[in-house]
Amino acid sequence: MSNAVEITPELIAEHGLKPDEYARILELTGRVPTITELGIYSAMWNEHCSYKSSKKWLRTLPTKGERVLVGPGENAGVVDIGDGDVVVFKMESHNHPSYISPVQGAATGVGGILRDVFTMGARPIAALNALRFGAPDHEKTRHIVSGVVEGVGSYGNSFGVPTVGGEVNFDPSYNGNCLVNAFAAGLAKADGIFLSEAKGVGLPIVYLGSKTGRDGIHGATMASAEFDDDSEEKRPTVQIGDPFAEKLLLEACLELMKTGAVIAIQDMGAAGLTCSAVEMGAKGNLGVELNLDMVPCREEGMTAYEMMLSESQERMLMVLDPSKQAEAEAVFEKWDLSFAVVGKTTDDLRFRVFRHGEEMANLPIKELGDEAPEYDRPSIPTPNRTPIATHDVPAPKDIGATLIDMIGSHQLSSRRWVWEQYDQLIQGNTKQGPGGDAAVVRVDGNEKKGLTFAVDVTPRYCVADPIEGGKQAVAECWRNLTATGSLPLAATDNLNFGNPEKPDIMGQLVGCIEGIGEACLALDFPIVSGNVSLYNETNGEGILPTPAIGGVGLLEDINKSMSISFKQAGEAIIVIGKTEGHLGCSTYLRDVLGRNEGTPPTVDLAAEKAHGAFVRDAIQAGRLTATHDVSDGGLLVALAKMAIAGQIGAHITPNADVPLQGWAFGEDQARYIVTLPAQAADAFLADAKAAGVPASQIGQTAQGDLKLEGSAPISLASLTQAYEGWFPTYMAAPDINE
Amino acid sequence: MKSAVIVFPGSNRERDMLYALEQITGTKPQTVWHAETSLPDVDLIALPGGFSYGDYLRSGAIAARSPIIAALKAAADKGTRILGVCNGFQVLTETGILPGALMRNAGLKFVCKTVRLEIANANTDFTRAYKQGEIIDCPVSHHDGNFFIQEDGLTRLEGEGQVAVRYAEGTNPNGSLNDIAGITNAAGNVLGMMPHPENLIEDLNGGTAGRRLFESVVEAIA
Repeated sequence: MSNAVEITPELIAEHGLKPDEYARILELTGRVPTITELGIYSAMWNEHCSYKSSKKWLRTLPTKGERVLVGPGENAGVVDIGDGDVVVFKMESHNHPSYISPVQGAATGVGGILRDVFTMGARPIAALNALRFGAPDHEKTRHIVSGVVEGVGSYGNSFGVPTVGGEVNFDPSYNGNCLVNAFAAGLAKADGIFLSEAKGVGLPIVYLGSKTGRDGIHGATMASAEFDDDSEEKRPTVQIGDPFAEKLLLEACLELMKTGAVIAIQDMGAAGLTCSAVEMGAKGNLGVELNLDMVPCREEGMTAYEMMLSESQERMLMVLDPSKQAEAEAVFEKWDLSFAVVGKTTDDLRFRVFRHGEEMANLPIKELGDEAPEYDRPSIPTPNRTPIATHDVPAPKDIGATLIDMIGSHQLSSRRWVWEQYDQLIQGNTKQGPGGDAAVVRVDGNEKKGLTFAVDVTPRYCVADPIEGGKQAVAECWRNLTATGSLPLAATDNLNFGNPEKPDIMGQLVGCIEGIGEACLALDFPIVSGNVSLYNETNGEGILPTPAIGGVGLLEDINKSMSISFKQAGEAIIVIGKTEGHLGCSTYLRDVLGRNEGTPPTVDLAAEKAHGAFVRDAIQAGRLTATHDVSDGGLLVALAKMAIAGQIGAHITPNADVPLQGWAFGEDQARYIVTLPAQAADAFLADAKAAGVPASQIGQTAQGDLKLEGSAPISLASLTQAYEGWFPTYMAAPDINE
Repeated sequence: MKSAVIVFPGSNRERDMLYALEQITGTKPQTVWHAETSLPDVDLIALPGGFSYGDYLRSGAIAARSPIIAALKAAADKGTRILGVCNGFQVLTETGILPGALMRNAGLKFVCKTVRLEIANANTDFTRAYKQGEIIDCPVSHHDGNFFIQEDGLTRLEGEGQVAVRYAEGTNPNGSLNDIAGITNAAGNVLGMMPHPENLIEDLNGGTAGRRLFESVVEAIA
């Protein structure tokens, strides 16, 4: 494509630019932009890269804390974990590409987040993911589940990072728009962190990694549009992942960083060369000049437009200390990766691009980058719903059969089929992988210190009440980290919503961010990185608001971490927190009774904090033998999971003050189930009382089945079979497309 | 005991192997880059897990053509102990140092789980610290672990006691012939196996049964 292409209103619209945005471009450029410039604007100003609809609200989130070294705005957040070590982490979506091409979309999502982490100088040590698919009986769901899981696994497994946790959920709102949110964490030294801000005029800009091809052109623009029936035609906008190249790039970058040659570094993610070059220059208040003839290409005859918009994977851009060039080049030669000086920093705040000696673009860099448009979009708060009283919800006829149905359902069953396709063990530091409340990973090279990781959100709460839902996502993540015994340090947010141009969707976004902010502040759990994915709509229907929260916790002594499984018969089972039987928006109400009604449980942040601190102290004092947070499905589902995990049953006496359905399946927040030796129960309950933390013994562990006083025993074998059975049975069923 | 670990582009369990060897032997192993042409004088050479060259072709096929392989073959002929785990096993079959081939798992999917492993021959340099027939829990993590060999080759392996470890109690994760998880060469100085003993050496891993595989070699060379 030559620069002589005429800029028509159709072409502007195809680039996802609105008329008022184009007017601003004309003003900034002082003339009609070239096609290359139009492409660059489209790449920088789309929702995915510019956060133009969400920026105003993201600024309200608490992002600072004693341990926070680098907050949002860089490739990933950096948090101090003592002894000169830091944890570097972020979560990012790859939703649209994963729907169009499940294997490659998911794989490159994982690749992108790993690159964000090692661009900062950290070696990735853990990956997690939050996956959301359409209804199990929708014609495409099985195909997408299969492809996404394969993609996530193939990239992480080959790259060599353990995938240690995550969540998988199903809901019809994701039928035409699955969610793939990938989280990665890495370890670095506090004095070995690299940033993207360019420094120094006239310094070489170096291109590193794989060669540039024609894949993924306009990926970020595609990711900022709604889907329709023809979305599969967008397949060429999806990138192709090469985990082998990424593993080489990781080793080469970490080796390069040790040479002292790196002044600034930025990975080429969304909008590739354009976004990385503009961000480095704009952040450093410098101009950038690129000579595209020097860019290593996979294909011949690529135009400036194509090169600037390609999203070929496994590439980096850095500002080099010229005195170290030979040393730096030798590292990349060893790893068989491209190393090419493609430009330089300038002092004129312009972004200039040359191809075959011709200037293809000349734009003001600040306005492209950190001064991109920002919107205060109109929003309408989600209307209040009518609460449902517990006694107005029918009790199950047979509580045992209902429990087996629930635990064997698509929502609550084991995800073993998924995680067995992920290498959970590589690097040798995994103490607890998927299936627990949070993953537990030892800090490499450290005898006792550990990190914990969890990813959570409950979209059905968020749609009913965005503020409470936002709070709950943070609280559940914090609770999951706490349940392993760790101190939650900080979080990353991945906000997935529909079209922000619709005031009701904007209301969901604003409400969820308000709830998240409130909870993060109260729980001392700052947001240090994140990503926003909007326009998750198909044919005008938005997804459930899904603000996924990824959290990181610190264990001073990994040997004291807790798992959810019952350890032996005869131990006391104690519930921490108040059980009031809240059934609004519960799994029981939705999945057993088919009613999407009521209000979600209220999140009492002071109670969360107090209960969490009490449980954490008890774990660290070595008083407990198992801990599990109570979430989806309520108390009885949580008990069943503990029994299944340990293959030990229990004798339980339900609290007669609460209707049985509410006691068993209510989703009141701020609760944990713990076990401890029977003789230690009285002292523990007394300490809870003294601390003002509600706690009551509900029974004890026992060999055999799960027995509720007043009901028939529930077979542990049947529970286990139902729990483990759903996923493999579903995936093995004949493909309905065939 | 002196040891060395060969690293190919795309190896990714080399750090696990280096750590296990150092923990168990007390001596830091040497790292040998695939492009080198000679091996240091050591008692054990390990080929780690991973996806050498991305394994976009047959697993291990390109690594088997690396410059270091000539030296590896010479070491095997000389009787140096060589351990190939996972991708290392695949490389050993691709070089011909070990017989047979590792095909895609029968279930076609990558599988990472704990299996039951039976010590089929406790009389090798790699298994002598175990009891004959002993069964341990051990993790596997691979996409291509489905061992295959022609019938006469299989008869030879079984007849000569070259099957060192087998998947036990119906836990074969990949469709491997005769539940074979690991084999030695005829001379007994080379072991290739799909399971990961290097990820089973501390309580944190959920067990320490993998240590004895390395301890066996320490004992054998003493």
